[in-house]
Amino acid sequence: MKSPRITLAFTLVGALALGGTLAACSSDSGSTDGDKSPSATAAPTLDPNTKVTLNVVGLLPGSTKEAQQALADEVTEFQTENPNITVKTQDYEWKATTFAADLAGGTLPTVFEIPFTDAKTLIANQQIVDMQGYLNQLPYAADFNKNLLQYGTGQDGDVYAIPAKSIYAVGLHYNRDLFTQAGLDPDKPPTSWDEIRTDAKAIADKTGQAGFAQMSQSGTGGWQLTVDTYARGGRVESEDGKTATLTNDGTKAALQFLKDLRWTDNSMGQNFNYDWGTINQAFAAGKIGMYTSGQDVYTSLVQTNNIDPKMYGLTMIPLEGDDSGVLGGGTMAAVSSKATDDEKAAAIKWIDFHYLRKYTNEQAAVKNAQTQVASKQPVGTPELPIFTQAQYEKYQTWIKPYVNVPLDQMTSFTSKIFDAKLVNEPAVATQDVYAALDPVVQAVLTKKDADIDKLLTDATTKAQRAIDSAS
Amino acid sequence: MSAASALPRSSDRPADDGPAEVAGPAGRSGPPPERRVRRNPVTWVRRGGLSTLVFALPVLVVFGVFSWWPIVRSVVMSFQKTNLVAPATWVGWDNFQYVLTDPDLPTAIRNTLYFALLALVIGFPIPLVAAVLMSSVKRLKGLYSVLAYLPVVVPPVVAVLLWKFFYDGSADGVFNTILGWVNLGPYAWLSSPTLAMPSLVVEATWAAAGGTVIIYLAALIGVPGELYDAAEVDGAGIWQKVWHVTMPQLRGVLFITFILQIIGTVQVFLEPYLFTGGGPANATLTILLMIYNYAFGRSLGGDYGAATALSVMLAAFLAILSLVYFKLTSSWSKS
Repeated sequence: MKSPRITLAFTLVGALALGGTLAACSSDSGSTDGDKSPSATAAPTLDPNTKVTLNVVGLLPGSTKEAQQALADEVTEFQTENPNITVKTQDYEWKATTFAADLAGGTLPTVFEIPFTDAKTLIANQQIVDMQGYLNQLPYAADFNKNLLQYGTGQDGDVYAIPAKSIYAVGLHYNRDLFTQAGLDPDKPPTSWDEIRTDAKAIADKTGQAGFAQMSQSGTGGWQLTVDTYARGGRVESEDGKTATLTNDGTKAALQFLKDLRWTDNSMGQNFNYDWGTINQAFAAGKIGMYTSGQDVYTSLVQTNNIDPKMYGLTMIPLEGDDSGVLGGGTMAAVSSKATDDEKAAAIKWIDFHYLRKYTNEQAAVKNAQTQVASKQPVGTPELPIFTQAQYEKYQTWIKPYVNVPLDQMTSFTSKIFDAKLVNEPAVATQDVYAALDPVVQAVLTKKDADIDKLLTDATTKAQRAIDSAS
Repeated sequence: MSAASALPRSSDRPADDGPAEVAGPAGRSGPPPERRVRRNPVTWVRRGGLSTLVFALPVLVVFGVFSWWPIVRSVVMSFQKTNLVAPATWVGWDNFQYVLTDPDLPTAIRNTLYFALLALVIGFPIPLVAAVLMSSVKRLKGLYSVLAYLPVVVPPVVAVLLWKFFYDGSADGVFNTILGWVNLGPYAWLSSPTLAMPSLVVEATWAAAGGTVIIYLAALIGVPGELYDAAEVDGAGIWQKVWHVTMPQLRGVLFITFILQIIGTVQVFLEPYLFTGGGPANATLTILLMIYNYAFGRSLGGDYGAATALSVMLAAFLAILSLVYFKLTSSWSKS
């Protein structure tokens, strides 16, 4: 169960680490947002007699029946509270390679989810709608962690995208069963990259499964290489976001690590085409010993991949070298620019009900936890706070009786994350920088003679083109 | 993709590309020209022009809206910078310059040509041989036709996902298990820069060959039986009959399927997009995948100018190639 110390850890992380580092990495639109005040214009509330149908993001495609049931129950409760609103959920997985097509093609639901890094550009492109007036209708509108809220704030000072869920730091996920089968102690996961290498080899040799796996597709290769770079003290963009710095020592060391595992130790299995969804699937199926991803991925592993909780373990990624840090990010809720006023008014009610109210209202937190537990859905997966420290601490106490995730198998993460420095994703042309790094990761994993220096030099050219283009 | 690219999969191309239509027969649709008649509206209506137009209108509207207008828009957009929301700005040749200096372009061209070559080597002869064999069997001809055509009926995305499962690179993958019985493998298939492209071509051939087989079978029915009888009287064996009778009679169809094969394979998109996303390490990055990536590949990408610029260049290349091909082969096919 979650100890007070762990609770404090999360609140500290949210307030200090995110605050310190995320604020330092403002987006390409500059740091003027803080100077602007949000508009005081009140948005129209929804007339209770007006019927509205609202399309919203549902679960990941392929989610279990139990997860679907829990969501259906939630929708029913929402519609009981708001009889004039009909909610239609749509399966959805955000992918860098399909999001733009969905957006341009109009196939996204009215309320959809985006990563922190995309909000500023979508606001500048007028592709998501100003929600400030509607946000003001919520009693906790002023209580958001300002450093998270600024990601969804436009040049005019108004909030367009609202921090909603999956506020994460990247962790090392490991399969406790494979650790045991390989003669390793699952309660003592690796604490350095060298130990990860040794353990990966032991797992591969003794179980025949991949000891360590790495994502490489649809931008996730670049995302995770950036994680590995930060963990070794490197950065992929200069502080002002104007220069690609992919040839730094941290990135080179991260790639050399992968090269050693793949070609010297042969401890990474045979599949090098993983993206976020498929690596989760393989991990839950027991084919992977260790991989890195957001700390909150356990929820998806249960909802979509039916993981056996007993096999799951979460620990810190090793941090080595000066200025090393853990990459952090999160998900925001946004509303389509094509939404009508009624849809916007209904959308804020859904965003409140589905994502946020539980963090600020005891009754809602308990009710939500009960709904999730009734359908055997995870309650209590570690996350970082969207609101204030005190609020998050309260929320933890409200849901404590319902927590059903194996927190005792995550203590080596939850007890240390507060000591770590959290670093934001690259601020400018984020997905392009990741896309430029994808082939580098793929080359190192699939070509024995891959020249890391040359690959990074070529990737820098591409990333710089994208950065120049975005500036 | 096999010669069945004669009937390219509709899903082989992103929605906003016009190239196929440039080289296709669409441009020849429409009412026949009136000749030797003094052109004025009254005589035009009297001679049935109006009813011709009314009959042709649905086709004109469909082609206009879904083919010609997107082509015009693509050409216009290739000279603009736009995100489809804010007003577009004219940028001259900047998009073309951006595309031509993209470090990935040579790789994409090389990969596309490699795919086309492999598809020719693997995909062109297989349907031809299958059709000749099937036309020579006496019994169960219908069954063979159904079996050959069945993969074409499978939705392309489903087929690719199915084959992705077969291509699992671990030792317990489907193909690796089968090859393991004869002590081969395991092979990394889609995770190997050298095997990825041939793997895509094999699936594409399987998926599309049936369509071409049917075309060849139809053409073979048109070969007069007397020619075979005469050849037999002259002492020709089966292969001599194929070479000296069947092949010359199929020449016209072969010329058409060949150029359509080239056009189809140069526009390959579905397989690399779904199988590998262009990887590993850009080993299957094709020109159409690049176009898609410019337009939609990044969550905030939307570089529609670069996407349409590359589309226009590809269309121009294919149009010129088609013209040259037909110019070169027109005399051969008449001989």
